[in-house]
Amino acid sequence: MPVVIVDGQEIEIGADERLNCIEAARRAGKEIPHYCWHPGLSVVASCRMCLIETGQRDAATGKVSMVPKLVPGCQTPVKDGTVIVTESDLVKESRARVEEALLIDHPIDCPICDKAGECLLQDYHFEHGQAERRADLHAFTSRRRDVGPTVTLFVDRCIMCTRCVRFTREVSGEAELMVTSRGAKEEIDVFPGFPLDNKLAGNVVDLCPVGALGDKDFLYQQRVWFLKREANVCGGCAAGCSIHTEHNQDTVYRIKPRENMHVNKWWICDEGRYGWHHLHDPARLLEAGRRELTTSRHATPEFKAVEWSDVVTRLRDDLKAAGRLAVAVSPMLTVEEAWMLCAVARSIDPQAYLAVGHVPSTAADETFPGGFTIRGEKCPNRLGVAGVIALFDAAVHTWTDLVAHVREGHADAAWITAGYPTDPTSTPWIDAETAAAFAELKCLVVQDLFDSPLAKHATWRLPAAGFAERAGTWVNVAHRAQSFDKAIRAPAGVWPEGRLFWNMLGRRGLYDAVAVRHQIAESSATFAALAGEMPATGVDLRLQQLAST
Amino acid sequence: MKPSDPGINWLEEKPLGLAERLYLPLFLQGLTTTARHMVSPKLTVNYPETRPTVGNPLIYRGVHRLNRDEEGRVKCVACFLCATACPAHCIDIVATESPWPDREKYPESFQIDELRCIFCGMCEEACPVDAIELTSLLDLTGKSREEMIFDKEKLLSVYDMTKDSEPMKSAELGGTL
Repeated sequence: MPVVIVDGQEIEIGADERLNCIEAARRAGKEIPHYCWHPGLSVVASCRMCLIETGQRDAATGKVSMVPKLVPGCQTPVKDGTVIVTESDLVKESRARVEEALLIDHPIDCPICDKAGECLLQDYHFEHGQAERRADLHAFTSRRRDVGPTVTLFVDRCIMCTRCVRFTREVSGEAELMVTSRGAKEEIDVFPGFPLDNKLAGNVVDLCPVGALGDKDFLYQQRVWFLKREANVCGGCAAGCSIHTEHNQDTVYRIKPRENMHVNKWWICDEGRYGWHHLHDPARLLEAGRRELTTSRHATPEFKAVEWSDVVTRLRDDLKAAGRLAVAVSPMLTVEEAWMLCAVARSIDPQAYLAVGHVPSTAADETFPGGFTIRGEKCPNRLGVAGVIALFDAAVHTWTDLVAHVREGHADAAWITAGYPTDPTSTPWIDAETAAAFAELKCLVVQDLFDSPLAKHATWRLPAAGFAERAGTWVNVAHRAQSFDKAIRAPAGVWPEGRLFWNMLGRRGLYDAVAVRHQIAESSATFAALAGEMPATGVDLRLQQLAST
Repeated sequence: MKPSDPGINWLEEKPLGLAERLYLPLFLQGLTTTARHMVSPKLTVNYPETRPTVGNPLIYRGVHRLNRDEEGRVKCVACFLCATACPAHCIDIVATESPWPDREKYPESFQIDELRCIFCGMCEEACPVDAIELTSLLDLTGKSREEMIFDKEKLLSVYDMTKDSEPMKSAELGGTL
């Protein structure tokens, strides 16, 4: 095994690993500061912040010969016997000089900069910079210009690391951003008439190590140090990107990608990034309601609010009285919620018809040059729900099957879980014609985020939880299961599905997704991989299944 | 810090001398203090008929004010540093893009809950543009809780009221701008 010596500490690296000095030093617990280098982008070695001393140890004699100059750590690959020195006076001096040069041109408007608090320029200056400025330049306002519909550029805050330029060229592939002028007058800009407008544009804001690129959606909304982050999974499509939901006092402020090499690497799409606004939409359903028997079925729905503790018992009684039950298990539900829903349905009607709920989808998957794929299937857990239904039934029915089943009159009651983020301004997930199939049922339960044509026929209208309010496991299109906890509490008056099902099963205490997950893992081979502690990056269900056969 | 810490300088109590043991000299010393206060000028005042005098109004910590710049606009840049520094969490700011070309960000709303405030002056200390200051107004009264939540207009009016008697901090007075 090749051995690398980092500040006198010997570390072993894999025989066929291709690491640069920054990555090798990180293995030894040494952080080499860097701006322009990013593991997902090509190397340019332009910021000069990662300059270090390197050398080579002779394998035979053990004699170390050092390179006379400082070299950029990001551009220098390590091999057996490479010596890296990250803490010498020469290196420290160089870092302080780089910091000083960067700050000469920087407005230092940290108090009004949205990046303050998570800015590498701040962090590195605190750690590696010098206390005093030798150039007495006055701070000036940062010039600002829009580079796209979602991104704005504060020109003078930029340190010209060109991460954003390389991202649009290598990952999103549209190459909207460029560097104009030369030397001290270098600036990031877009080509006239070609704004930064692609489906991955928001990532340039995350990539920016300073406050130059700002997200218009988040601009001035909140200071970053007030935000708390929860490791979540995006519910926007079947890709199931790992995300951080950043929130404060039960309000989501932004979504950031979470590194997961198995799923989304370092990126997320703009659809997912801005796809949280429905959580705080004033049109959301906020109370459980049951249609009063006195009103006619086809009049405008008039729901009377019901206490959740009563819902638990009355819902069961209503469904039991109605007779044959059909259940749509929404692909927005987590595996745990789906499993509990199936168990509840079967306890009400042992022959209950279980089907995967409506799977919203757009045309096709969209793959970008950097390998990132936005899935056409716009729900996070179709495979997980299908897997759960397979535990209860031999055949896994689809939503179309369920609609036909109801149309043919094989069901007296239906329980439709939905929870699709289609707010009232967009097209509802179900059209009036399909919804009419459910009109003649004795009892129809609709559990949804927003009102829909289906709710017009409902006996029970229950609110659903949004993606950040759920706890559980989602299985993405590549069979990778990722568990997460809720980021924020559901709005007052809303019981997330998991809590309702948990109580309907007669279980005591608070809904505990982890306990349910362990129970599912114990009882089935499909989900055996969900046992125990789940890694943050998730587990591949197929690998475990292959191993068990 | 443990008792064995080398940073602690332990002192031994001195043994009592003859004067201490006799008790009378110390008794007389105490009585002298009492007698001195009997003849010295009174410090208590009949508030509110008589107003107490504030020593140095520039360092007194009374009601807050929001300063204006030369053009009469609110000086605050909505950086939230006062709200961050506030130990009582009594400052609530909503920031937005400023309507002026020379400024990027300004407070759309700025509220201080004076009932919650502990008048520690941390907000004044944290402010990078000397926009929030504590005045020497000490009689803060109101008839309802809502009235005691000072909004931006009210805080600016405090500035208009006190700007002549208490000038904004200049560089000589330790200000930053």
